[in-house]
Amino acid sequence: MSPDIFIKAAPVVLQGLQLTLIITIASFLLGQLLALPLGLARQASSPLLRWPAAVYTFLIRGSPLLVQLFIIYYGLGQIPAVRNSILWPILREPLYCGIIAISLNSAAYMAEVVAGALRRVPKGQTEACISLGISRRHRLTDVLLPQVYRELLPNIGNEIILVLKSSSLASAVTIMEITGVARAFTARTFAPFEVFITAGILYLAIGFAFTFLFRLLERRYGITGTRTPAPEASA
Amino acid sequence: MSVILTYLPHLLQGLVVTLQVAAGSFVIGLLIAVLAVFGWNFGPRPLRWFISAYVTIVRGLPELLIIFLVFYGGTVLLSGAFGTYVEVNALTAGICALSVVSGAYLTEILRGALLTVPQGQWEAATSLGLSRMTAFRDVVLPQMLSYAVPGLGNQWLVILKESALVSIIGLEELMRKGVVAAGATHSPMTFYLTVGALYVAITGVSTLIIGAAERRAARGR
Repeated sequence: MSPDIFIKAAPVVLQGLQLTLIITIASFLLGQLLALPLGLARQASSPLLRWPAAVYTFLIRGSPLLVQLFIIYYGLGQIPAVRNSILWPILREPLYCGIIAISLNSAAYMAEVVAGALRRVPKGQTEACISLGISRRHRLTDVLLPQVYRELLPNIGNEIILVLKSSSLASAVTIMEITGVARAFTARTFAPFEVFITAGILYLAIGFAFTFLFRLLERRYGITGTRTPAPEASA
Repeated sequence: MSVILTYLPHLLQGLVVTLQVAAGSFVIGLLIAVLAVFGWNFGPRPLRWFISAYVTIVRGLPELLIIFLVFYGGTVLLSGAFGTYVEVNALTAGICALSVVSGAYLTEILRGALLTVPQGQWEAATSLGLSRMTAFRDVVLPQMLSYAVPGLGNQWLVILKESALVSIIGLEELMRKGVVAAGATHSPMTFYLTVGALYVAITGVSTLIIGAAERRAARGR
């Protein structure tokens, strides 16, 4: 290992940083947005809502993200109706396909978490809302969801790290994010350790920044006593 | 439909390799995790730091990056050792990389399970004259594993799905067979859906088995 190549690798790997951040943040936000209706549908009383949501999360959580990404990027282009639709300019772009695949995937995992949290809210709260004459909509927006999301802050912080790691799969559809540029640089220089270690340090740094941000959010908005202890603090 | 049937034997061959990669990485990862938890409990302070660092770093890195590091890094090391270009076998590289990954997650799972084993078990075992080591091996470890069954099952599902990433370094497992068939027939949708369905089938069967294992492990508690 030579320090020379480390110095050369750093700017190369940094070129991928922007795309990694774009994919991570866009997929994370879109995933969270989709997870709420999906999670609510998982808990709905109507089987017409419950079943499709259950099938969706089962299929997505049962298959690899890479397969899902390839279905969206390579598979959809095979269908003439898709190629002629107004969505084609989006589905033709590997970057958008990456974001769509990762967010659909993240939404399925997150929906289960949201549904689980909804299930844990004591029944008495619903009864209290009804007896106070609070409408169904406000029961959800003013009573249930604020506590569910405050409780889920640690899970959401964990999810953004998972999405960050998933963003590396975009390199499989030609996106030159951190892992993509690192692999291309390795092929040219034949110095895999220097390049991939540099890339790894960058991922850890981004992950650390996200974790720090969520710690702040938790301290500000989290429900005290629900935070799971950090692994280092246990045992 | 007939296209799928033509390629089905290939896909099933790939499925076998997928199961090999997943099972290999799971077993080696579990071995790493048991040793890590053992070291965590009995080892000196620097070893505990090392184990903590291992778990934290691996959990923060994309699996694909670790696979690339092991594959390309291993190739460079072997080529250096033999003085000529030697490419690491993709199966070995894949199992090595995913073992390191699952080892880190499994260490976390086992460490959590260890905390659920009541302290009284340690006390009872040592008061009966067992050394701390024997108490760990014969009394605490089996209980720890039984508490860990749900976590272990979940990690098995994760590793099954992650094994698809090894297709990117060219291992002829299920995903890669799908890519080849999709390319040869120009029908990617057909084959990626088939491959996806096969993954859903193995994770589905695994989930049923894990459920049975969980009920069995919880028996008598």
